[in-house]
Amino acid sequence: MSSTNGIKIAIIGGGLAGLAAAMKIAEQGHTVELFSVVPVKRSHSVCAQGGINGAVNTKGEGDSTHEHFDDTVYGGDFLANQPPVKAMCEMAPAIIYLFDRMGVPFSRTKEGLLDFRRFGGTKHHRTAFAGASTGQQLLYALDEQVRRFEADGKVKKYEGWEMLSLVLDDHGVCRGLTAMNRHNLEVQVFPADAVIMATGGPGLIFGRSTNSMICTGSAVSACYQQGAHYANGEFIQVHPTSIPGEDKLRLMSESARGEGGRVWVPKQPKDKRAPKDIPENERWYFLEEKYPAYGNLVPRDIATREIFQVCLDGFGVAGENQVYLDLSHIPAETLDRKLGAILEIYEMFVGDDPRHVPMRIFPGVHYSMGGLWVDENQRTNIPGLLAAGECDYSIHGANRLGANSLVSCVYGGFIAAPAAIEYAKNVERNGAEGSNIYDAELNRQKEINDTLIKQQGTENQYLIHEEMGKIMTDNVTVVRYNDRLQATDNKLQELLDRFRHLSINDSNMWATQALPHARQLQNMLQLARVITLGALNRDESRGAHYKPDFPERDDENFQKTTIAEYSDEAPVLSYQAIDVSLIKPRKRDYSQNKAAKQDVPQEVKAQAAANGLPVKDGASQMVEQGWDADKPNTSNPAVWAQNKEKVNESVAGITPSSQEQGKSLEDAGGKSVKEY
Amino acid sequence: MSTQINPTNEANISRGTAMGTATYAAPSQTPDGTTEAAQRFVEIKIARRDNPDSAQRWETFRIPYRRNLNIISCLMEIRKNPVMANGERTTPPVWDMSCLEQVCGICTMVINGKVRQSCSALVDQLDQPITLQPMTKFPNVRDLAVDRSQMFDHLKRVHAWVEIDGTHDLGAGAKMSQEDVAERYAYSRCMTCGCCLEACPQYGGDNYIGPQAIAQVRLFNMHPTGKMTRDERLEALMQDDGIQNCGNSQNCVRVCPMSIPLTKAIYEENRETIIHGLFGWLKR
Repeated sequence: MSSTNGIKIAIIGGGLAGLAAAMKIAEQGHTVELFSVVPVKRSHSVCAQGGINGAVNTKGEGDSTHEHFDDTVYGGDFLANQPPVKAMCEMAPAIIYLFDRMGVPFSRTKEGLLDFRRFGGTKHHRTAFAGASTGQQLLYALDEQVRRFEADGKVKKYEGWEMLSLVLDDHGVCRGLTAMNRHNLEVQVFPADAVIMATGGPGLIFGRSTNSMICTGSAVSACYQQGAHYANGEFIQVHPTSIPGEDKLRLMSESARGEGGRVWVPKQPKDKRAPKDIPENERWYFLEEKYPAYGNLVPRDIATREIFQVCLDGFGVAGENQVYLDLSHIPAETLDRKLGAILEIYEMFVGDDPRHVPMRIFPGVHYSMGGLWVDENQRTNIPGLLAAGECDYSIHGANRLGANSLVSCVYGGFIAAPAAIEYAKNVERNGAEGSNIYDAELNRQKEINDTLIKQQGTENQYLIHEEMGKIMTDNVTVVRYNDRLQATDNKLQELLDRFRHLSINDSNMWATQALPHARQLQNMLQLARVITLGALNRDESRGAHYKPDFPERDDENFQKTTIAEYSDEAPVLSYQAIDVSLIKPRKRDYSQNKAAKQDVPQEVKAQAAANGLPVKDGASQMVEQGWDADKPNTSNPAVWAQNKEKVNESVAGITPSSQEQGKSLEDAGGKSVKEY
Repeated sequence: MSTQINPTNEANISRGTAMGTATYAAPSQTPDGTTEAAQRFVEIKIARRDNPDSAQRWETFRIPYRRNLNIISCLMEIRKNPVMANGERTTPPVWDMSCLEQVCGICTMVINGKVRQSCSALVDQLDQPITLQPMTKFPNVRDLAVDRSQMFDHLKRVHAWVEIDGTHDLGAGAKMSQEDVAERYAYSRCMTCGCCLEACPQYGGDNYIGPQAIAQVRLFNMHPTGKMTRDERLEALMQDDGIQNCGNSQNCVRVCPMSIPLTKAIYEENRETIIHGLFGWLKR
């Protein structure tokens, strides 16, 4: 492939975001080189169970893309820049319909239309689903389309290759990457006009999480160490319902709650009876009691803390850290149809049948809202480097709503692809090819490998990994204290120091996993510091970030994006104002009915009626311009200003004043965070 | 109450799992069952191969028993400190793993003679000594890792995709009954793990394309849009290594971890290819 005329874009990661970008770029006739540590069909996206959000209003509930936007921003506790969130929600119905056309076996209604279910953090049936393995099905659909382009020669896959670093020129422009073949450890340099990072989350930093074993965040950390800004790293979502295991924490999808799963504990602490022998009036359905409007469907961070608190208070099942997630009141047939795959997982790994016996669950690290900083076109601060999916920070703010991750991955890929093409068309290429930047980076990476291989130390890489996972899980997850965060950072520095005395624990270098793991480990330790220090510096509670010593959201000081920049001593943190121009920040309180506070859909309907537009379903409310064209229309400042005004007007009219809204959580019937 | 939060470890302990290593044990609590667990071991024999050109050998390992161990947990334990049961130091065993929820398919191996995913193979349900071997129908990379790229090549050959006009917004797809969707869903869960091919007496070398690819043909030939390019897929199944080579042993459907009705797919596509073979030329 001649790099003198055709555009060549490298994509790192073959999950939903990476494949979505690959498909779009290949469709435009450009060349894609796709790097993945595993065959792309085995990416972590397969693990997403519940579904994909898109406001289509096919159930006649008055849902709209604006309501989806509002739910997402509200659920994210007003930390996300709002324009990209709005653009994503507007694109979401079209994304779902595209997957429908690509053959995803979405569950259907009697009429043969797509069926939608309710999910956490919303009151609408907005989530399309394919059994209980939606992520798998969506990933396969993209895998199939990309394979079609691969067969045509538009996409070249490098499966079993691990990205090591970016190649930057003297002006800090990204000109390609280096990657290592995981079989023979050969390091190669791959020039590219633009690089899109789509490597997913960093769950392995926490040792065991719900993430796949490939989700190390290593490649993203490498970018960070080369100057890419990492944003909001401290926002780590802990999933309320995971199945504890020794090798990993297996996810119990939130859809179990969405389909009517009830969370409870025996009222009598340490009750020894079998769950079905405990009568209804001796069960404490604490989520339903504390949050009457949302009940078991409160967003993840709230569910997580409540489950945590109940166990801390000694109400955990059998006095231990677990609560019941009960589906046994739902007919087995319904469960099989709607949740088959996740019930199988529980049965397979625990042995009990959740159709008849309540599941035992506890929170597990699940998702990183933070990631590489990107602008609204998914561009990082390094020219020529873009990011999409979980590895970028842009959509979910301080907390992600269920079934929003799949849509954000695809959205990110669909925006990054045209943005990368646009960049590649205009970038000045002369000089980069001829210069020695490629050789220099290649040699630097080879040297790192050689040093690690030759080094004879006393430290064991897997033990260091365990120690990192334990201290991060202990202190940087559900509840955070500044002294413990500082101690965690000290420990991480100690581990980084000990890493220098590592001895690779394999003497056979063919297809060894020890060298790749060692390199990942070093990158994970660096990223762990970003997460920990970001949390240390943010003296407030917001979304998934909760500090008992600072229990309130502090908009004045912290309604800002945390930006971490690498330096040899420690991450350098700064804060960046965010765009909250579309939806005025308000208190996040799931004990009240959100719709009662803000009835924007009615307003949207009224506007539509005034303009003579039918308000039928989500499809008719979608943006009319091709959303797959160069840019989303929202990136155009003029359009932006227009939209902003419109939405502001509609919001200003009905949003209750702060006085009206100013009731404390306790007054509103919610649990005070101060109780911790 | 201690303010130190440790959901994962406490959760494990709460389920009575004795933690194997000091680093994982929570100091504030004594896990149930530690004492009796300490006396028991899990014995595991692993078929090792250093590289594709070297010979295979067996190595035996012994690790402390805990409840709810799966094969992955055992391998992780061995990898941390690769010392054999006889006290000899060795290299860490190499195997592939990713999701550990039996949806990615990567950790497939032959366990006690049966091909399956190692993440869902529970020690409590296996006879000891447990034997671990790599799959035999695919090139052995090292130890338990194999290269299954031929399966992805087969997907290319049978055009396992829906030919859409483009990824721009063309509205919703065709209406479908939940019944049809449910049947397609079953085929669509194939994670390309290769169990069916490992168990198939006919599969090996280049002589038979195998049930995995045939089931994917079924998946796409059932789709309202996929149907329009049905013939291409049928013709791919009518080559020398095609569907006619199925020996009807029905091993595939027995070992499929996703319970995909592979024999039904073979039956349906066999019928379709025969009809296509007899009458397909009339369309030209």
